[in-house]
Amino acid sequence: MNTLTANGKKALLAKLGSRWVLVFIVLELVFFSLSTTGFLSIDTAQMILFYGTEVFLLGTAELFVIITGGIDLSVGFVMGFATVIASKLMATFVNLGLSPLESVLASSILTLLIGLLPGLMNGWLVARLKVPAFIATFSMLGITRGFSELLLAGSPAKNLPALAGNIGNGYLLFITKRGGISFFNRPEVPRGEYVWAIVPVIVVLGFVFIAVFAFILNRTKFGQHIYAIGGNKEAAERAGINVRRDLIKVYMISSLFASLAGLAYTFKYITGKADAGSGMLLNGIAAVVIGGASMNGGSGSVWRTVLGCLVIAILETGLRIMNLQTFTTYIVIGFILIMAVIVDQLFLNSKRAEG
Amino acid sequence: MSYLLETKNITKRFGGLTAVDQVSMGVEAGEVVALLGDNGAGKSTLIKLISGVYKPDEGEILLNGKRIEIESPIDALAQGIETIYQDLALAENLNVYSNIFLGREKTRKAFGIIDVLNHAVMAEESRKVLDRLDIHIPSLKSTIRTLSGGQRQAVAISRSIYWDAKVLIMDEPTAALGIAEQKKVLNLVKSLKNQGIAIIIISHQMYDVFEVADRIIVMRRGVKAGEVLVKDTTPDEVVGLIVGSETVKK
Repeated sequence: MNTLTANGKKALLAKLGSRWVLVFIVLELVFFSLSTTGFLSIDTAQMILFYGTEVFLLGTAELFVIITGGIDLSVGFVMGFATVIASKLMATFVNLGLSPLESVLASSILTLLIGLLPGLMNGWLVARLKVPAFIATFSMLGITRGFSELLLAGSPAKNLPALAGNIGNGYLLFITKRGGISFFNRPEVPRGEYVWAIVPVIVVLGFVFIAVFAFILNRTKFGQHIYAIGGNKEAAERAGINVRRDLIKVYMISSLFASLAGLAYTFKYITGKADAGSGMLLNGIAAVVIGGASMNGGSGSVWRTVLGCLVIAILETGLRIMNLQTFTTYIVIGFILIMAVIVDQLFLNSKRAEG
Repeated sequence: MSYLLETKNITKRFGGLTAVDQVSMGVEAGEVVALLGDNGAGKSTLIKLISGVYKPDEGEILLNGKRIEIESPIDALAQGIETIYQDLALAENLNVYSNIFLGREKTRKAFGIIDVLNHAVMAEESRKVLDRLDIHIPSLKSTIRTLSGGQRQAVAISRSIYWDAKVLIMDEPTAALGIAEQKKVLNLVKSLKNQGIAIIIISHQMYDVFEVADRIIVMRRGVKAGEVLVKDTTPDEVVGLIVGSETVKK
């Protein structure tokens, strides 16, 4: 009987432990709806997702690496690097006489391809030369930052095609007061009349990528091997898994998502900056940890990381609405990260009991 | 005498140290050979040569009388030589059937093109092999982390058996277990032997050796110091071989 009650308690704790993110999101929503006006609205929800796009992408980037037991400190500056590459390429292509659509497409694809390089090098250093992930990716942070600044030579890229901004700030659907509906293009309405814009395009694009990679992680052999490597690298090797190749792929996925975050930034703000993602590393790692992944590797899921990202995105938007400066966000996220780790430690035993 | 697996004059050097020196040994199908020796006697190196972790400097490995080249652990697995190390090499964060199928997962087509994990088939096949070995694990979806030492050993053994092991090498299979679980694992070894699998066991536990082994091979300082049939020997004699014949003469 005694053990039964103990098990029951443990199970309850484990349940709470895995649900605390949801509890926290509700608390955030309550707090912000009490301290600002009109917080609980479709507009705010869209704003949270819109401003949070980079966080969602960087969280996913970091998740893959953290599952293998590594860490990628370079994501923020790889993101900045991607904004620089993308904006420079777009401006160049437009100057060369390509159409806006061609320029945007070509530079996006090229940016993603170039964006794989930092990950390739990170993965190669970690998997092949056994350089600690911390050192390899920390060096890459410096390298990408330096190259970004070199390419910019002091001035941000200019003359980007307007199309980039239209994608970055576009919506899937517009509804006018008179019930008119139009897709992608903001309808002409008399000055001052309100138009509802539904679902930011950039958020949809971001989540398409996240969903594809969630599928890969959850359903494929490669995904299973990522968890196996994080759980017991030697066992994975002995089972015939090509650990080196898989690790390189994982760091490339991380860089790919950092570059996607860079593209999202370029489309939204129509510029490229070396430090576009300088404060984002904290967000990425925090999102994964708040989402319940262990820094020791072997655990973590995309959807729980998305919840972790949501915690941060709600916080950022809420504090912005309250007119608090960016530094407040850093302080609060720092504390939440510490809290997440403590909660994780507290519930570790009950989680194990649950299995 | 026809060995299923045999080594002939196999040698491995690490710099100036000869870890395994001209060792010839073999194991028949349905036989349990115990490999004994003090620490540093070369037992582990010998099994790592057979399982493809190391490549021999001299000598050859024969399977069914035919010379085979083992360049890597994968080659050994492909030949039906499975090794269960002391640390079991299980991913504790994954469940039972995922570990049995680790690295060789069963897949099915999703949307007609993408290979996705086929959990149903893996769980079903795992259940079959566990039943065949009379192993009881409540849920195949339990992570290894939640299992006892004996259950983990059983999962590691099931994995080898599922993949058609002809030769099973076990490094200290009972070392980390309680008494009751030791018994279970030894019974499992006997049942594998009866199914015609050739088994090499490294063990320090004299009781285990006399309980399951048919033949004992003793290693000392890299060379084969002796080979005796279990029915013709006593633990004292075996200990004498392990520590050195000089001591025995005294």
